[in-house]
Amino acid sequence: MLIDWNNFSPWTALAGGAIIGIASAIFVLFNGRIAGICGILGGLFRPQKNDIYWRLAFIIGLIIAPLIWQLFLPLPIIDIEASNGLLAITGLVVGISTRYGSGCTSGHGVCGISRLSPRSFIATLAFMFAGFITVYIVRHVLDYEIGFKLGLGV
Amino acid sequence: MKKHFSNILAVSCALLSGAIFGLGLILAGMTNPAKVLAFLDLAGLWDPSLALVMAGAIGVGLLAFALAKKRSTSFLGLKMHLPSLRIIDKRLVIGGLVFGIGWGLSGICPAPAFVLLGTGTTKAIIFVVFMLIGMEIFEKIESYRKKISPN
Repeated sequence: MLIDWNNFSPWTALAGGAIIGIASAIFVLFNGRIAGICGILGGLFRPQKNDIYWRLAFIIGLIIAPLIWQLFLPLPIIDIEASNGLLAITGLVVGISTRYGSGCTSGHGVCGISRLSPRSFIATLAFMFAGFITVYIVRHVLDYEIGFKLGLGV
Repeated sequence: MKKHFSNILAVSCALLSGAIFGLGLILAGMTNPAKVLAFLDLAGLWDPSLALVMAGAIGVGLLAFALAKKRSTSFLGLKMHLPSLRIIDKRLVIGGLVFGIGWGLSGICPAPAFVLLGTGTTKAIIFVVFMLIGMEIFEKIESYRKKISPN
């Protein structure tokens, strides 16, 4: 295994992670809710009474985060390799599957593991495993030109 | 009046949590899909950063959820909504695997998708719009399934 020492950023990764943990802590201790984006978002599709505003507020918080960041610092590089068509397909897949599996990286990966939930351990293993295999196939098995045509940005 | 005030507090708290969550993602580098994909690329030049993001978040989260589990109401007096489901079923595993494929192809998962939306990138708009369509399709399928077999 070759580690990409030029891009590996252990301190900002740990600090950023801790901040994500603090956000989840505030949310569960004050709002009594799990900071799982899919769950928060999913509840907006068939909303219960009094259940809309806090959900929207959390999502709006995420959306304004880069604007707050830019008051102090320039945004770090954002490099989206996937083509528009692939983003549409993967967006659709992520939307359906995260609702079907009751969670994503935030709900299962961060909050669920912190809660020591066996379900979330399994879900996190499942999406990590599938993610590793998918990237392996795209970058190391598929022919470069086929990948390029599919807009995979290999 | 008191109820009204606590609602405003709860909504403000949610806004604050969302913003802090987003700032954490930006600092951690997780709003850059290329960096997420570099973590998933074990056989290439591997960037382990995402593992440390998880470690940092879970380190804080363990303490917070241990405290949360002991409480029946939140600091704002709201009901605690912690999942109680414990069965590991097909839906959980298949949902996770399929999500992993979508994540591995794009490098984007739902939380960073909204942070990226805030940067105004067209690509993020496309991803989020289709993710919302996907969630609506899920709701449609679920209500159809409930209609044909009410249990």
